[in-house]
Amino acid sequence: MTALRLLSGRFAWPRRRDALPGFGIGLGLTLLWLGVLVILPLTALMVRPWSGGIHDGARAVASAMRDGRMLAALRVSFCSALIAALADLVPGLLLAWALVRSDIPGRRVIDMLVELPFALPTAVVGITMATLYAANGWIGAPLARMGLRVAYTQTGIVIALMFIGLPFVVRTVAPVLRNLPRDVEEAAEVLGASRAQVVGRVILPALYPALVTAFGMAFARGIGEYGSVIFIAGNQPFHTEIAPLLIIIRLQEYDTRGATLIGVVLVVLSLLSLAAISVLRRCLSHAQA
Amino acid sequence: MSDIFSPTRRRFFGLALAAGAAPLIRPRRAWAASTLLNVSYDPTRELYQEIDRDFSRAWAQAHGGSPVQIRTSHGGSGAQARSVLEGAPADIVTLGLAYDIDILAQNGLLAADWQKRLPHNSTPFTSTIVFLVRKGNPKNIRDWPDLLRDGVQVITPNPKTSGGARWNYLAAWGWALRQPGGTPDTARAYLKSLFGHVPVLDTGARGATNSFVQRGLGDVLLAWEDEALLATRELGPEQFDIVVPPVTILAEPPVAVVDRNAQAHGTTEIAQAYVEFLFSPVGQKIGARHYFRPVDPAILAENRERFADVHTFDIASLGGWAKVQKDHFADGGIFDGIYTK
Repeated sequence: MTALRLLSGRFAWPRRRDALPGFGIGLGLTLLWLGVLVILPLTALMVRPWSGGIHDGARAVASAMRDGRMLAALRVSFCSALIAALADLVPGLLLAWALVRSDIPGRRVIDMLVELPFALPTAVVGITMATLYAANGWIGAPLARMGLRVAYTQTGIVIALMFIGLPFVVRTVAPVLRNLPRDVEEAAEVLGASRAQVVGRVILPALYPALVTAFGMAFARGIGEYGSVIFIAGNQPFHTEIAPLLIIIRLQEYDTRGATLIGVVLVVLSLLSLAAISVLRRCLSHAQA
Repeated sequence: MSDIFSPTRRRFFGLALAAGAAPLIRPRRAWAASTLLNVSYDPTRELYQEIDRDFSRAWAQAHGGSPVQIRTSHGGSGAQARSVLEGAPADIVTLGLAYDIDILAQNGLLAADWQKRLPHNSTPFTSTIVFLVRKGNPKNIRDWPDLLRDGVQVITPNPKTSGGARWNYLAAWGWALRQPGGTPDTARAYLKSLFGHVPVLDTGARGATNSFVQRGLGDVLLAWEDEALLATRELGPEQFDIVVPPVTILAEPPVAVVDRNAQAHGTTEIAQAYVEFLFSPVGQKIGARHYFRPVDPAILAENRERFADVHTFDIASLGGWAKVQKDHFADGGIFDGIYTK
């Protein structure tokens, strides 16, 4: 009964003043947008492989799971996203630190530049990266003389993904850093902690949940990234072919089911990693509380 | 915060929503009979710009001055075909290979015998696959076997994602089959070795051209003749040379009226006139100007100095697109076999 009253009270058009003004319409719109923009397409994606019947779909899934090339592409996508997201944490943290704690000249400009990867079309990022890191590019040429190849190798994929992932880290860590109470640090210093100890034992632990969230977002974004990677990857099957490219290849074969299957695998794996990360974050937050 | 959904805001919000939705409910009559949509592939941008202008003028003169508005969209041939399949309102398709139009026919968008409705397999301009090499041809590349020499890097896109790359691949395949003692097995071995010399598999022909021209990657670019001529004559005559291999494929990018869409838009007559215009002397001359080989022998003869003599074989000699697609480019086909571990 309580539940019913709650439902009727909350979901009906608000007749009396609610604690949250406009809660009904707000929730309605949220659910509508969420449904139309997120849940509906995802459901369509999930349903498509089974359009020929359960048996048929299961066989397609089974054969996809044995497809060495697809597994290789998934491995390339996941490993690259993992390495890139991890590698983003250090420069991301330093950038956030510099933006929050120091008063370097041009701070606002840097602050704006951090967001550029969000705004740039990913294809522009990819082409720029490929131009810079190719054996005749500004960065690629000196590296090539040292015997290092970046463009058209997995290193190239990781670098493109790092560029895409960096703002996630900065934007997640900076607000937490800004809200960190200074008196805790001062207390630690009064109690005789060195600067390194303050950073290592007071500041960093407080940032762990934010860092995990940042890692998770950069990682999830990197798994599905297509535009920025495709130009620098080399796209060699089994070596530098990413899973989203395989989706395009399947579509080009007019094999919609094969394409959706890879999409489903990507979505499921991304959701699983996001769930794992959220559990980890909760553990970390509890450990601090 | 409490006035987020105040009456004025709410009215504003409703108006904004209505304005946003308005284009969605615009009546279909917007597709008046004098608008044509030509869905084409990548390297034809400049060609159809000129064709569209001249056709529109010719049609207006012949039909009492009502101008035709022609819009042309470009993209990878396969991606373009898929967009038409999924509802892009194309009156005409002018794609990179017949297979992409076959798929539309299979789905009932046009008649199955579409390729017989216009002369020359519905192909107004042909092209061929040539080698683009660095100026002076430093690696001395003359023929297909030269591509397998040690230290030679070949740039060609992925035939799975690029129609142009399928022509490249099939040119190599057909050449290998025509060698003394050539069998599908020797051809497969040739291609496996060839793709071992490909450092980067771009997804489209333009991407491959970029890798070769801008990034300085590779020694040979396998390319459409029209793209290669454009690159050498208009981008950098001092940078590249064209090598025409002794035997190569006759690339036939066909055109067709999409019956179902044209009927729905009431544009069948004008769409038909448009594709026929491509075969007219005016259309053929425009094609030649943009480095496409005209099928009209008289106009081809006028442009002799532009197009080198080539010995070509056509797709029919390889069994036609349906067979080629199934054998080579389907999942698990011969091309996938090249890249097994």
